[in-house]
Amino acid sequence: MLTSISKTGIAAAAAALMGLSLTAQAAEIRVMCYQDGVECDVTAAQAKRFEAANPGTKVVIDVVPYKTIVEQLPVQLAAGQGPDIARVTDLGGLSKYYLDVSAHVKDRAYWEANFGATLPWLRPTATDKGIYGFMSQLTMTGPYVNKTLFEQAKVALPGPKATWDEWVEAARKVSKATQTPAALAWDRSGHRFAGPAISYGAKIFDAKGDLVLDDGYKTTVNKFVAWHKDGAMLKEVWAGSGGSSYADSIGEFKNGRVAMVLSGSWQINRLQKDIGNAFDWVAVPNPCGPVACSGIPGGAAWVALKTSKSPKEVGMFLDFIASEANYAEFTGKTENIPAHAGLAKKGVPYPGATPAARAALASFSAGVASLSPVAYQFQGYKFNRAMMLPTVARVTQAIVGEMSSDEAMTKIGADMADAVKQAQK
Amino acid sequence: MHLAVRLCGYFFNLFEPLFRVGQRWLGLSRLGWLFVGPNLLVFGLFTFLPILINLVYATTGGVKLMPLERPFTGVENFAILLECRDYFDIQSCRKDVFWRAIFNTIRFSLIQVVLMVGLSLLTALVLNRKIIGRGFWRGVFFYPVLLSPVVVALIWKWLLQSQGVFNAGLVAAGASPVDWLLDAGWAFFWTVFVSIWAHMGFYTLILLAGLQAIPKDMYEAAQLDAASPWRTLRRITLPLLMPNLIVVLVLALIRAVQIFDEVFVLTGGGPGSATTFIVQFIYQTGFAEQIHLYGLAAAASLLLALGLIALTLAQLRLTRASTAGQKAR
Repeated sequence: MLTSISKTGIAAAAAALMGLSLTAQAAEIRVMCYQDGVECDVTAAQAKRFEAANPGTKVVIDVVPYKTIVEQLPVQLAAGQGPDIARVTDLGGLSKYYLDVSAHVKDRAYWEANFGATLPWLRPTATDKGIYGFMSQLTMTGPYVNKTLFEQAKVALPGPKATWDEWVEAARKVSKATQTPAALAWDRSGHRFAGPAISYGAKIFDAKGDLVLDDGYKTTVNKFVAWHKDGAMLKEVWAGSGGSSYADSIGEFKNGRVAMVLSGSWQINRLQKDIGNAFDWVAVPNPCGPVACSGIPGGAAWVALKTSKSPKEVGMFLDFIASEANYAEFTGKTENIPAHAGLAKKGVPYPGATPAARAALASFSAGVASLSPVAYQFQGYKFNRAMMLPTVARVTQAIVGEMSSDEAMTKIGADMADAVKQAQK
Repeated sequence: MHLAVRLCGYFFNLFEPLFRVGQRWLGLSRLGWLFVGPNLLVFGLFTFLPILINLVYATTGGVKLMPLERPFTGVENFAILLECRDYFDIQSCRKDVFWRAIFNTIRFSLIQVVLMVGLSLLTALVLNRKIIGRGFWRGVFFYPVLLSPVVVALIWKWLLQSQGVFNAGLVAAGASPVDWLLDAGWAFFWTVFVSIWAHMGFYTLILLAGLQAIPKDMYEAAQLDAASPWRTLRRITLPLLMPNLIVVLVLALIRAVQIFDEVFVLTGGGPGSATTFIVQFIYQTGFAEQIHLYGLAAAASLLLALGLIALTLAQLRLTRASTAGQKAR
């Protein structure tokens, strides 16, 4: 009897030890993900397929607000903490924390052929050849217009080369005729602000390649503040917060409170889902200034992080979701512009997209050609936030009357210089 | 109960040999350190060490998080915060938002604390009387204290936002909507109002406890002497309530200086910097901005600490003065 109990005990202990050893072998990958539409949901479904194909590897998708990616992830990474993979937008700013997974991808040539144009955006130095992740999508800032309101007001949509002034006037007429609270709104973001600024002639960089505030930028600040003061711009978005925190304007657009918003291509899925048949909307080309008709390019990237204890599995998972089939599924379902050269050439079917969403995707894709070279340079610049953030904070102060537009410009310059100086220490 | 006491006795008896050995080795006078040691360790680890780390951040620059990677800059962060061409013109200050935050905090503290103490006292006096549904009213005033500050702020935000309940009511009544949170004056008013609404119950409770501790016979004596209610309040209630009033005053003042959560959710510090208070400035500088200036934030937090120390010293002085006054009487 005793022998039988001992044998059972030994067997149980052995089973427990085996279990422990299996657990020890199993790798868990934590993915920090934010979504504008269904990006994390699609990735979670792909992760399940990856787990099925790679027993012993578990992928946990942690869905977080965008604010967490922007504000908390950098602090976590600086403290040596953090997930294995994250979906980030501050591509250059966080590059020192990225993990090179080139040794763990099956076919480096595939990555170079399809993501070659954007892989350098994730590299910490120009000479680096590592693979740190890939762009989950390309984005472009640009406006959306409430077509139904324009039709109700019997105001024609300005043409593709219309200026910001013409758009504001048209939207103002629409707002007056349809009694919407304001004509238009821009996302509370220095990134969004930069597109019109470049169109108005802001050079952004001086001859040495350092940030500079010039007359083009000043003109945009003056116009933007004036549009707030005369009621054309909806006050809530910019004046509704302090500091440089981000606030989007798309909620106001979805609620029909403005005739036009300046946001970006990443909102297409959300607009399609949330607006439904409530009203007709269209994405229109970026309005022009005297120099350009530019938005700002950008996008989000899946990046591997040095904090990972499972670099091999991280590389395998990134390789899996970067495969053409999975990337096509992601792009189609999330209704984004692909950063995958092969897919961009073939075209993405966007199976769930409504005609409005398809038209918007086509409009943004066509708009890539009109992006100013400065816009690309600004997007890739390591310290671009040194200009973006003070712009938001100081322009808001000018909007609410705490300072004049000229004083706001002086303060943006001083804050920018301080931030760059500190960042370079 | 008896069993519990006995069990405790057994438990502490287990340590008796240890204490005897300690007493023999350390001597009776130094044995105290053995008792306070664990507490000092926790206090040191979670209070003194962070203060030291904060000091390190305040005297170093750059954007790196690890203290050893940060270059020493001495008092540069303090100099940046305090640098002004003209101290009567905030705009001329290098970190004008820091100064705005300080002035906002002082203005908020003065207005909010005076109103808070006054209204708490008034409420406590009313709730101390034999009114109908006294228990219910006490519950009503105390209930907001139980809510999380974020919940409080969100509730009021829904009421006050452009398309909120208040504006819906105004529009239904034929009036124009008001920019409750977009106008600097209104936004400041609501930060004061909401913070009073949320915390008044707590201070009322302290004052109510003080009122109930005043002996009834004093009021009976005053009644026999035909003292008016106003005279009774001035000569009996307020002097005997003074220790509680001082506690309320100091607690309300310290909490007002530290105001952050409700305002951050309600207004985000806006419009512009109209409701940006000092703690929000520290948070924004250190963590919310994408270029994290930890050194500047640490320096500002040390300056805030100095302010709070001054307030605490004032409290001690007031308490001593009050106690001395009572003894003299």
